[in-house]
Parts: sequence; structure tokens; C-alpha cells
Amino acid sequence: MRTLIFLLEKEFRQMMRNKQLMSLLIIAPLIQLILLPLAANYSVKNINIAIVDNDHSTISQRMIHKITASGNFRLTGYANNYNDALKMVEEDKADLILQIPANFEKNLVRENHNQVYLAINAIEGTKANLGGGYLASILRDFNENIRVNWVNPGTNNTPQVVVASTNWYNPYMNYHLYIVPAILVSLITSISAMQSAFNIVQEKESGTIEQINVSPIRKHIFITGKLIPFLVLGIFLFTLGLLAGWLFYGIVPVGKLYVLYISLVVYLFTMLGLGLLISTYSNSHQQALSLSFFFINIFNIMSGTFNSVDSMPGWAKTLVSVFPPSHFIRITRMVMLKGSSLADISGHLAAIFLIGLILNTWAVLNYHKTA
Amino acid sequence: MMISVSHITKTYNKGTIHAINDISFEVEKGEIFGLIGPDGAGKTSLFRILTTLLLADSGEAKVNDWDVVKDYKKIRNGVGYMPGRFSLYQDLSVEENLNFFATIFDTTIEENYHLIKDIYEQIEPFKDRRAGKLSGGMKQKLALCCALIHKPVVLFLDEPTTGVDSVSRKEFWDMLMKLKAQEITILVSTPYMDEAVLCDRLALMQEGKILTIDTPEKIRASYPLQLFAVKTNHTYKVLNELRNYKDTESCFAFGDSIHVTFKTPTDEKTISKYLSDKGDTDLTVEKIEPTIEDSFIQMLKN
Repeated sequence: MRTLIFLLEKEFRQMMRNKQLMSLLIIAPLIQLILLPLAANYSVKNINIAIVDNDHSTISQRMIHKITASGNFRLTGYANNYNDALKMVEEDKADLILQIPANFEKNLVRENHNQVYLAINAIEGTKANLGGGYLASILRDFNENIRVNWVNPGTNNTPQVVVASTNWYNPYMNYHLYIVPAILVSLITSISAMQSAFNIVQEKESGTIEQINVSPIRKHIFITGKLIPFLVLGIFLFTLGLLAGWLFYGIVPVGKLYVLYISLVVYLFTMLGLGLLISTYSNSHQQALSLSFFFINIFNIMSGTFNSVDSMPGWAKTLVSVFPPSHFIRITRMVMLKGSSLADISGHLAAIFLIGLILNTWAVLNYHKTA
Repeated sequence: MMISVSHITKTYNKGTIHAINDISFEVEKGEIFGLIGPDGAGKTSLFRILTTLLLADSGEAKVNDWDVVKDYKKIRNGVGYMPGRFSLYQDLSVEENLNFFATIFDTTIEENYHLIKDIYEQIEPFKDRRAGKLSGGMKQKLALCCALIHKPVVLFLDEPTTGVDSVSRKEFWDMLMKLKAQEITILVSTPYMDEAVLCDRLALMQEGKILTIDTPEKIRASYPLQLFAVKTNHTYKVLNELRNYKDTESCFAFGDSIHVTFKTPTDEKTISKYLSDKGDTDLTVEKIEPTIEDSFIQMLKN
């Protein structure tokens, strides 16, 4: 026990002495947490639209007006024909082309039916998708209006089902509320797994581990002494992140803080186990960096930070279920947005703990004092 | 016996490289035993096996009657090891390092201060300095203190003075002599011949094998031929001419002179004459006693 306390004292002393690393560890996550949610926004604005109006009628004018009035679109210009409009897309001036055929109004009145043509530049997938969707809904709405205005309400009264929806737990679909907890988790993920791995590899590179290995120090004491400082650092950074979320985005966890912190400790146990495992397989910083970067990249992209895990294919869902961050992101969202209790999140918590137990056991077995 | 090694073999790369090939030797209590040999001779592997950091493929080794495999815990408690490269915490101060190593061996600086006193006094003025900021000699003194702080019965020093200035090297060896007086057994490797002669016994290693084990005096005395030293201002030219001489056994530059031996007994005059016939007049030739380095070069050649 005395040895452990002394080990911890040494670790904290070394940590505090590395001023550059310390300030980086604290400032960098804060900057990311403040900047990323602002930039990573899914509501697409400023979609450039080019219009080929071959009709020049009142109806077509009204339609164009409705599109530009929605706020999501910016009218880049009118083109005389489709090829001119395509040129605007090629020059990257337009993302969407809306072509209104000649005699649009006339045919609409006569045949009660007509078509417009929509061409979407799909190089930026999200923008194209959402832009197309927005435009389609605007046109549908426009369609309804025409029906109401033109068709005699008394004679053609089709029954309609109107779906009214409410967004629970995030009524205004505030994107920040959704993304801040996830970014916080991904920051904790990188710092805990990477820094603990680097710290142990550092001892390998400087040769100090040789001195430790020829001492009677027990390996579990040594490992515990390595992990506790990063557990403390992780808790500190998480707290800092919560405060930043509150200060900059006004996010206050709906659920109990202790539920959040219990989950955090379990999660850190798991991710530090991963870091430890990485360190047992790496002999240099470069190896440790490459290995941890591989895992953290996959974690950040696949664990549901930006995209929903539920919409992934079956095999991916199974794979993601063994990624600790996917569970912890769910937990933070459930607790922060929905106010879930410890019982509600117990399944995810158990999953994280189980993965952590496997990773830590593996790492300890693979850590040898003798070559 | 404080150290006994019998038939130790260690291979790397699935048995293709023999780092240590069937080595046996014994070291007595209070002895300074030197390991000499070119790089790659297997000295560091041997140190790592004896300090339980590496497992041998076959053979047995004991330190203070503790088996390196079965009693590894006792060995880790009872020996001091100074690896070839500086391996203390560079970001901790001198005092913090010493304190740290005392603690992980479950002791205190005060308890064994008498052992390190002479050495520590030399670095004490810098006790608040980070270890990484010390000079080479200071670092080695600190490393020795850290290896000694738990009062080990055997010290393993792997090239402790490599890269250290000659004054510090001398001071370092003075300390080893004092430790020897306290009956601490020392196994040390060194590339410096002036240090080798300070050992009680030497083992010359090459390619994982021990070529000879003896006292420095006997190794020197075992030199089989008469050695001549040739001094000249045209070392390179004379060296080539001597190598072309039909009777030359060996010939190499040694400091500011040339050391040369011949297959048949000869004298200074014959050599001088041969060289002056070649146009080299401004030189001296004399019979000399071989140094330990001459003996080693001779043995490594065979």
C-alpha cells in the first residue's frame, strides 16, 4: 500500500511537471467541445439552387417564391435551358437544378397533373439528400395549396390522415443537445485510452521499466499506480466538459449526476484497460500511437457520435455493441436528455464493465516483467 | 559462490542467432568480475538472464544460491542492476529518484545511507536538479546510488562508464573498490582496458562464448610471442610495409605506435634494417611487455 501511494505520488509529480502536455490535455478538449458542436450541424442551410423556368407563369413564379422564402435555399440564378443550369452545377455555383416544363400552368389546369424535374449534385451526400428532401416537402406543400385553391372543396373531399408528431426529450430538435454529450464521450475516449498507453510505453522507451522490473514491486501494484492518475484525469476532464456544455450551450443534465459519474468510472476502467493492452503490444510511441489511433478512429465514427447506430446494417450493429463508447454515448444521452436512472442504463453499464473486465485481464496477462 | 552460471544458452530469432552459447563460470563473494568483449558478444543478454529479465533457453544460473527461474523474486529483492543506458526518471530530481527506488524496495535512504554516502556526497549539491539535466558522470553516480540503495548482495553493472569522461570513470572505479571492501560482489562489463585490469578476474567473451577466464596478470602473461613496438612519424606507411614483411605474424596500430609480432624469434636490429631498406629511417623499435589489450586482440584473432 505504501508502495502504491508512492507510485501515485511519483506519477502525479511527473504529470504536473509536463506542463505542455497538461495544458494541452485540458485546453484542447475544451476547444474541441466548444467548436465542434457549432460546426458539426446537420440542419443544412444555403443550398444553392438554379432554376430553369420554361413556363414563366404565375404558378411557376409562386412556386419559386415559396422555395426561396423557406430560408434553406439560395437562388443562384435562372438559366435559359437545362444545359446552362448544368454548367452552373459544374462550376460549383449550384447544388440543385429545378426545371419547370413549358406550359406548366396550362397543363396543370387542364390535366390536373404535371411534373417538375429535379436534378441534385450528389457530391456532398448529406447536403444533396437533405436539400432534395426539403425541396420535395416544399413542393408537396405547394401541391396541397393548389388543390385547396383550385379544386372545389365541396365536391372533392378526400379524407385525410394528418400525422402530428412531437419530439420527446429534445422538443426543439436542438442539435447541440444531441451532439455535445457524444463529443464529450469521444474526447474522454481518446484521452483515457491514448494517454495511459503512451505513459507506459514512455517507461519502456526510456528504459525505466527495466529498473522497475528488477525490483520486487508487484505488477498489479505497478499497473494500478499507472491507471489511477488517468482515472482522476478523466473524471476531471469530464467535469470540465459538463461545465463547458452548461456555459456555452446551456445543457444541464436532466438525470442524476451520480448516475453519470458511476458510468464514467466504469467506462474509464474499460478504456484504461484498452490503453494498457495497447501498451503491452507496443514498444515505441509510434506503435502505440498507430494502434490507439486505429481503435479511436473506428470508435468515433461507428459508435453513434454523428450517425445513428440503429440505422447501420446488422453485422455493423453487432460489431458496434462491443465498442465501449457506443454504450457510454447512449448512457450519457439517456441520462443527460431523458433523465434515465441507474436501473434504466444498467444493461449498457454491464456491457461496458464486461468489456472492461476482458480488456484488463488480457492486458495484465500480457504484461510480463520477464522477456 | 555468489554467482554460478552453468551451460547457459540463449538464442534469438527462433534459434538462428546464438546470443549466448553454453557459458559457464563462477564468481566468488566480494569479487569484481569483469566481462570483456566486442559489441554483440552476449554480455547484455547474460546480465538480463542473471537479473531475471530474460529467460535462458537452457542451462542453470544462480545468484547467491537463488535460482534465476525459481527464486526470481528473491533475486529481484537482493540484487542491484544498472543497465547499459541511463534508465532513471529524467523528469524527477536526484533526490526523488533515489527516494523512489528506496521505496519500491521497501526501504529508506536513511537505512542504507552508509552504503551510498561516499557517492551521494558528490552529487548531493545537485539533489534538486532533474536527473535528465545531469552530466554523464553524475548520471552514472546517481544510477549507482539507486542500484545500491537497497543493500544488494550482488551488483550487476552493464558498461557503467561508457560515455563518461576519464576523471569520472576513475572516481566511479574508486567507488567500486570501496564497495568490494564491503564484500559486495560485482559483475561488470566494460569496453575500457584500463578498467579491465582493475577487476579481480576477467572473462573474455566473443560471439556468445567465453574465450578465457583468468586474472588480468595471468591473461597478460599468457601472451605467446615477443611483442615489438615501432614508433614512427609515418605510421600508415610503416604499417603497410611491416604487413608485407614475410615473417610478420600480426601487426596493428596501437595508440601512437605499431605493435608487431613475428613468426620466428627476431630482434630489433633485423626489423630496423628491413624498414631502413624500405627508406624509413626516422623510427625506433623496441621489445615491450604486452598489455591486456594485446592479449585480447591476440585471443580474438585465434
